[in-house]
Amino acid sequence: MNNFGFHIVPSSTINLDTADVSKFNLIRAVEPDVMRCMSCGSCSATCPAGNFSGMSVRKLILNLERGREEEVVKMVRSCMLCGKCLMVCPRGLNTRRIILAACRVCGDKPQEKSSEL
Amino acid sequence: MQDLSDMIYEGKQKIWSDYQKEIPDDNWFYVRSCIRQNFFPGSEKAFLDICRGDLGKDIFETEHHTTCGGIAYHCDTIPQETAMTIVARQFALMTEAGYDNYVCSCITSFGNYIETLESWYEHPELEARIRELLFKATGREFNKPKYIAHASDLIFKFRFDIAAKAKYNLINVHTGKPLRGVEHIGCHYGKMFPSKSVGGAEYPYVLCGMIEAWGGEVVDYPERRHCCGYGFRQYHIKANRGYSISNTRKKFESMEPFAPDFILTNCPGCPYFLDRWQYAISEMEGKTYGKGGYGIPVLTYEELAGLILGYNPWDLGLQLHQVAVEPLLDKMGIPWTAEDKYKGLDGKDLKYPELPHWMKCC
Repeated sequence: MNNFGFHIVPSSTINLDTADVSKFNLIRAVEPDVMRCMSCGSCSATCPAGNFSGMSVRKLILNLERGREEEVVKMVRSCMLCGKCLMVCPRGLNTRRIILAACRVCGDKPQEKSSEL
Repeated sequence: MQDLSDMIYEGKQKIWSDYQKEIPDDNWFYVRSCIRQNFFPGSEKAFLDICRGDLGKDIFETEHHTTCGGIAYHCDTIPQETAMTIVARQFALMTEAGYDNYVCSCITSFGNYIETLESWYEHPELEARIRELLFKATGREFNKPKYIAHASDLIFKFRFDIAAKAKYNLINVHTGKPLRGVEHIGCHYGKMFPSKSVGGAEYPYVLCGMIEAWGGEVVDYPERRHCCGYGFRQYHIKANRGYSISNTRKKFESMEPFAPDFILTNCPGCPYFLDRWQYAISEMEGKTYGKGGYGIPVLTYEELAGLILGYNPWDLGLQLHQVAVEPLLDKMGIPWTAEDKYKGLDGKDLKYPELPHWMKCC
């Protein structure tokens, strides 16, 4: 293959017709609250890990809806389960339970919180 | 019950009817694009031949006109006042030639002229300053054009006259079905000043009208309004070219499932990037988007109008396309000869270019 001195960036297009949303459906079955998120971003704003790791419950839910499991696993790995997002959510979502459900469904564990699973 | 697609079509018709611009019949002052002569040199000649020869219109052009300054302006290398003074000089040439209707070959020029006139309308003191700058620099004065059109507006206006004289149609001669065309408008045509375009920014009709009038079928696809990838700074700075080609690939990935027979373009940059990046993507990833290892042919509206009117494909400069156009010519039933492809006007052999490694060429 030729190298012209620049590279093609993989497309970030998300095709919702072909995205695998089975994991999101599993989470929705055990935590129906996930559907009440209005993406206000309060959780992201208050997350102490967010600035360093990109953790955001809003993005976590969005990635689940788009079938981007790798991104979800990356996020939940940096969650400390401190619960600040739970305290600020204007819709009263139990974000901690949503994160734990995402861990269970995606087969990953937040750091040092495996006993709560 | 009314079908949803019918309702969408009716909605588009309504929007198109809101964005119909007045295009005078005749007497135009024509300015060329600064880059098109290098990329697709047959296009502008074809426009003049079609308008003057086939349609009998008065189109005047002068060798004294220059670039509109659009590329430098959008690359942030010259200030807006400089770009406006260049534009004012073009208007002065039009005034000296005795014309009121201004038609340009380039989308960016079109956007630049409209932006200049709108800025002068909003800020008359700016117009006074530019008039002063032009007079001090060149001793010229000017009248503002009564009408500004892009060259595709004229071809659009005369599309049925061209259809009446057509020797070939956008019908697949092997299957009898309409050829499927993807249209790409160019960002500076309708996105900056929608009311100055035919069809507005969301559903520009200028190229759709041509394809439909000449028997083809317009294909809709998700990334239809996405940029071609040129975007000036995205390409002119080499470090950004990955961004440029990634944009273009996004369009191709989106249109590929709809299997278009050709891409029709409006802007000098778009056919170049949609054509040449197909080659670059094939060399970098081994991927081609047409059938049988070919690319999807990319045409300018003048080239397509020329083909419809029966011009020789090699006189239109189609041999300068990177993606082979021969599969499209075969579908339209247009005869072509391989031995004439690389012959100059004097019949001398111009030698064959090197062929791509992955993408098939005839």
